[in-house]
Order: sequence, then structure tokens, then C-alpha cells
Amino acid sequence: MTPSTIELPVTVDDYRIARYAAAAIALSVAEAALPSPLPGIKPGLANIIVLVVLARYGWRDAAWVSLLRVVAGSLVIGQFLAPGFFLALAGALCSLAVLALAQHLPLRFFGPVSASVLAAFAHIGGQLVLARVWLVPHDGVWYLLPLFATAALLFGTINGLVAARLLDLPVAPKAAT
Amino acid sequence: MKERIPDGLRELLAQAAGAGQVPWRNLLKPGDWLLLVCSAALVTASYPLLWRGGVADRAIVKRDGQLVTELALNAPRKYEVTGAIGTTVIEVQPGRARVLSDPGPRQYCVQQGWLTRANAVAICAPNHVTLQLSGRSGQNGGYDTLNY
Repeated sequence: MTPSTIELPVTVDDYRIARYAAAAIALSVAEAALPSPLPGIKPGLANIIVLVVLARYGWRDAAWVSLLRVVAGSLVIGQFLAPGFFLALAGALCSLAVLALAQHLPLRFFGPVSASVLAAFAHIGGQLVLARVWLVPHDGVWYLLPLFATAALLFGTINGLVAARLLDLPVAPKAAT
Repeated sequence: MKERIPDGLRELLAQAAGAGQVPWRNLLKPGDWLLLVCSAALVTASYPLLWRGGVADRAIVKRDGQLVTELALNAPRKYEVTGAIGTTVIEVQPGRARVLSDPGPRQYCVQQGWLTRANAVAICAPNHVTLQLSGRSGQNGGYDTLNY
């Protein structure tokens, strides 16, 4: 084996982010196999991981996991730089922006479900705006908004509940002690 | 059957089913409920706002750009307009309208068939007659036609 000559210093943060990003990528690849009634309506299971990371480690880590998921996930599926990649990126950026605001909601009254639903709405919002501006330059795109919003509410709630349940569990055997 | 499941797996299944954990509804805080109710209301409201705006309720018939008549789209009837080269017959049925016959040589406005959406228009240019549908709300007035 050729010994590596370049050593990149890897911090604990890097390992943690990579581990969560791997989980998010696995979920988004698995999800790509699911049939969808309408292009763009997906459960967005990878966002569960983003929500968990946001609650445990803060927005910076969540942004890393989310964007790594979009880039690496699209590489695995084979749609890197295809329209679907840019739609996913626009959705991820919008939902990260909303999550940056949503994390300041009082924790006493708002849990992961609120963050998840808000992020889901931001996700479809970003995607639809990009689709309107770039892919389908016609106002007819807005006719899809009610369908997308319904899906966002439904899947946002479910993902939020799953994230809340995961956050409710003890973190890990090591950390729990 | 049940005995065959290994203990570890059974424990995992029980955990997945939520044994010994707080019920799902306890994971929702008051603000979450408020947000869910508000979002559900907004989503429900978006359906009629975006989908029902295009329903037509009046047919507007014009000759040389001048209003000839407005027909309500709630009862079947026929209406004749005398134009530049002859008589155009407009047929109205509940919720839709069409040009039934026209003296124009190419019959474009007749072949267009039934108009159903607000702001849809059939133009019988040789006879200087137009048939346009008009909707309840003026919000969607920006479109001439919509194609898919």
C-alpha cells in the first residue's frame, strides 16, 4: 500500500458531521427508490437527521450535514448538477435559513415538530421559486402549491415527530453515562 | 412463531413500537399544536384560492371591441350576433360556452370548442366577434390562456 503523504488534520467535529451526513445520505438514497405520485413530493427522511443535529449540535453542524447530504446524495444517485440537484439545493438552503430563525423559538413551547414543519414549507417554497424562475417560467407552477404544501405539512409533521422521538432517547451509551 | 424471534430483535421491535416511551402526542408542545393548526388552515385555504379562481360564470360577447352582451353561464341558451360578414351563433351551457357557428372561412373559433376557464377567449376575427369568459374573482385576471 502506498503510504499517504498528505495528512489533513481531522477534528472530532469532522468525524461527527461525517457520521451524521452518512446517515442522511443513506436515507436520501433509500428514499430515491420510493415511487412518488408527483415529481418533487418526497418524505424527506434525511431532514430527520438534520433536525437531530440542529437540536444537539447547533445550526452550523446542521448546515454541514444538510449540504453534504445534497451534494453527496446527488452524486450517489447520479443527478449531480442535474435540475433535481439544484432544486434540492435551493430547498435545503431555504430550509436552513428558516431553521436559523426557528432555533430561536422558545424551547418551552416549540419542539422539533415546529422546526420540521417550518423547514418543510421553506423547502417547497425554495424549490417552487427556483422552478418558476428557471425551469418552468410560467405562473402555472403555482397551481401545484396546494399539493406541495399538503405534502410538506404531512411529512414535516411525521419527520418532526420522529426527530423528537430520537432526541427523546438517550444520546449514546458513551454519552449517557 | 413468537418464540422464534431472538430476544434482541424483540426488544428492538418493542422499542420501535414505543414500549416504555412517552406517547407520540407528548412530543408535541403547545406551540407545535398552534403551528400545526395554523398551517393546516393555510394549506386548506390555498386550495380554493389557487384552484377555484379560474371558474367562469359569465360569457362576454363583443363586436369590434364593443360589448354586445353578457350571458350568465347558469342556463343553456343560444345567442346570435350579427358581425361584419354574417351571423355568429354563441351557445351557452351551465359552466361553459362556445361558438356554435360562424361565417368565417377557417372556423378557428368554432373548432376551439367549449371554453370553461375564466379569461378563456375565442376570436372570430373575420366576423369581428369575440367570446370571452369571465370569472368571479379578478385575482387571476392576468392570464389569457393556460397551456399544459
